[in-house]
Amino acid sequence: MNGLIGKKIGMSSLYDEQGKNIACTVIEMNPNVVTQVKSEDTDGYNSIQLAYGEAKAKNTSNALKGHFEKAGTGPKMKLIEFKDAITDKSLGDTVRVEEVFIEGDLVDATGISKGKGFQGVVKRHGFRGVGDATHGQHNRLRAPGSIGAASYPAKVFKGMRMAGRTGTDRVKIQNLEVLKVFPEKNLLVIKGAVPGHKGSFIIIEK
Amino acid sequence: MDPIKFVEEQTLIKPDFPDFRPGDHIAVTYRIIEGDKERSQVFKGDVIQINGSGGTKTFTIRKMSNGVGVERIFPFSSPILSDIKVLKRGKVRRAKLFYLRDLVGKKARIKERRR
Repeated sequence: MNGLIGKKIGMSSLYDEQGKNIACTVIEMNPNVVTQVKSEDTDGYNSIQLAYGEAKAKNTSNALKGHFEKAGTGPKMKLIEFKDAITDKSLGDTVRVEEVFIEGDLVDATGISKGKGFQGVVKRHGFRGVGDATHGQHNRLRAPGSIGAASYPAKVFKGMRMAGRTGTDRVKIQNLEVLKVFPEKNLLVIKGAVPGHKGSFIIIEK
Repeated sequence: MDPIKFVEEQTLIKPDFPDFRPGDHIAVTYRIIEGDKERSQVFKGDVIQINGSGGTKTFTIRKMSNGVGVERIFPFSSPILSDIKVLKRGKVRRAKLFYLRDLVGKKARIKERRR
């Protein structure tokens, strides 16, 4: 197995041997259920599909209900496919957090970042604004500046970075260290921050 | 149980230092790691605040060093703390003694608490 689905619980901090305070994120990783196994013969590639989080039956489509029934499990909220997973797990098996991650592993965390609403170019694209704060300047501090030339090309190029909706992007943070694994509570503690709000789904890959 | 509290309980060391309050004069012994050498240092001063709770609880101590005020903040659960001794109990009327920063000399003294 090379990855699992979890839920972000929140952040905390702990100390290393040098006495340094390290920020960490706590991720809940209840056992993931294998809902589909793809192989070279049937699908042309090897992968394993995992499901996480209890869902209500009334909120699940009939198509998905049948899919979960095949695996012998109840409706789940999140389905993720992990490609090239080397595993002997078969349909309906559960994968626990301690089977995949050990302390000291370097992992990637993928999630949906927090929504920030309609933001200007300084926050959204890291622009620096125009000019000074003083010397007679006014209302230019967070402005985008020029967005193109004049009568040639007589248009604004597509993809010009401007203000707009920010956040709620799929973001992957690479090379985060696994600090602790608590199998008895199905918890994973990762160094640093992961994308998304508390309670959002996080994909952790090795 | 709250998973974050569980993680903090499992990972943070619980200090068994004597109780002290703002206004107390204490001596903190802490370890300093320089390369592969380790030595201890003592910081003596008045506790001017106790801040936070749980794993992030800290205390601030202030001392006068050659006429310059020096403050240091220690987390209670920091592994570098090796010992805390209460030298004097102080009698103060508030929890945060930031007014001491504006006082020098005789005015910056804290009355001793007698039981």
